[in-house]
Amino acid sequence: MRVPVSITINGRQYSRDVEPRLLLVHLIRDVLGLTGTKVGCDTSQCGSCTVLIDGVAAKSCTCLAVQADGLSVTTIEGLAGDDGLHPLQESFWNKHGLQCGYCTPGMIMASHELLRCNPDPSDDEIRHGLEGNFCRCTGYQNIVRAVRDAAGSATGGAQ
Amino acid sequence: MFAPQFDYYRASSVAEAAALLAEHPEAKVLAGGHSLIPLLKLRLAAPSALVDIGRIDSLRSILEESGTIEIGALTTHAELASSELLRSRATALAEAAGMIGDPAVRNRGTIGGNVAHADPASDLPAVLACLGAEFRVTGGDGDRSVRASDFFEGLMSTAIGEGEILTSIGVPTVDSACGSAYAKFAHPASRYAVIGAAAALVVDEDGSCTCASVTLGGLVPAPVRATAVEEALVGTRLDAAAIASASGLTGEALDTDDVLGDVYASAEYRRSVAQVWVQRALSSAAARCG
Repeated sequence: MRVPVSITINGRQYSRDVEPRLLLVHLIRDVLGLTGTKVGCDTSQCGSCTVLIDGVAAKSCTCLAVQADGLSVTTIEGLAGDDGLHPLQESFWNKHGLQCGYCTPGMIMASHELLRCNPDPSDDEIRHGLEGNFCRCTGYQNIVRAVRDAAGSATGGAQ
Repeated sequence: MFAPQFDYYRASSVAEAAALLAEHPEAKVLAGGHSLIPLLKLRLAAPSALVDIGRIDSLRSILEESGTIEIGALTTHAELASSELLRSRATALAEAAGMIGDPAVRNRGTIGGNVAHADPASDLPAVLACLGAEFRVTGGDGDRSVRASDFFEGLMSTAIGEGEILTSIGVPTVDSACGSAYAKFAHPASRYAVIGAAAALVVDEDGSCTCASVTLGGLVPAPVRATAVEEALVGTRLDAAAIASASGLTGEALDTDDVLGDVYASAEYRRSVAQVWVQRALSSAAARCG
């Protein structure tokens, strides 16, 4: 069986006939070629596949493409606007919130969710909010600094 | 990982979902997918078809009606955790929902999918059993309600029959003299419960315990009541000494070969430390009474 799906990704609509078992992350990466979103653990623990579905963070390795039919998905490629990088991308860059970069797209999408729910988080809340995302090289310290920095610039708060 | 092939049908109503299940008896129901999709990817399940109920918006609600909080099966863990009604009237449930997985998992996982899956390491079964929840199922031979003690039959096994769909869960409301809490020993990577303890306490106007409900999950195939702990609490003033003494009886509920162990935490270890989590749940619940 193949099922037609029509999903808006980063503002552009894609229509494809897919197998029902196709995961959203495989649609994004393998069918549509948007390889910013990563597959890490593939068991909804590491968070490297995190995207926004209708603005809300989800792990795209644990979502079928057919479940996102008719919905709007944002991946890391969709965060930057015409006027440059998203504040989270700027902050991860400026605060050295990455080394190898593999977890970064998911880490930034999860940080986006964190700031959506809590625009001015404490360090503890940042760590708690990112507990579903694993980094295996920076050691998290600079990731927390990056999110704190982005929250400050988004709210115009003092650093 | 790739799931085995299956057909896919999206239902727009409960009646349509029931009809699809009747037409495809080998099908499984898909809600948020956070229990079922991992099973499919690990090839522990290979249904011929999925019936997706995820778009039936009438199943996503938290409503109080005549002494019961009725929670639609598609209500997400994030919605449970942030519900003011649940936080004030069924505190343990909101608390446990907020401890499930991580924020992205809580955005997609649903209460109905969680309990229908009945993973022993899940949080909600123990809490719902503790709070005396009833499970509404439809399809098959019509509508029926199943008590928590009858609903969870064992390891990943529930009373939901062939062709039936879980539509909502009713949790009895309590007054301010009752406090409930959930304490969890979470696996550090998966956040699943190694041990979960749910407690609900009722006190009279003098602060004396009149009713106690204590349920354990995580380390047993299906939630178990710690009746010895409950009986020891009734009549006490729920002070630290009474709670510590009663918690020490936790092992009586776990005096079976059913206690689960794995490479992370053996059955012996879980059995011996379970009382710590019972004590923490009781302390929180007692502090919330009145």
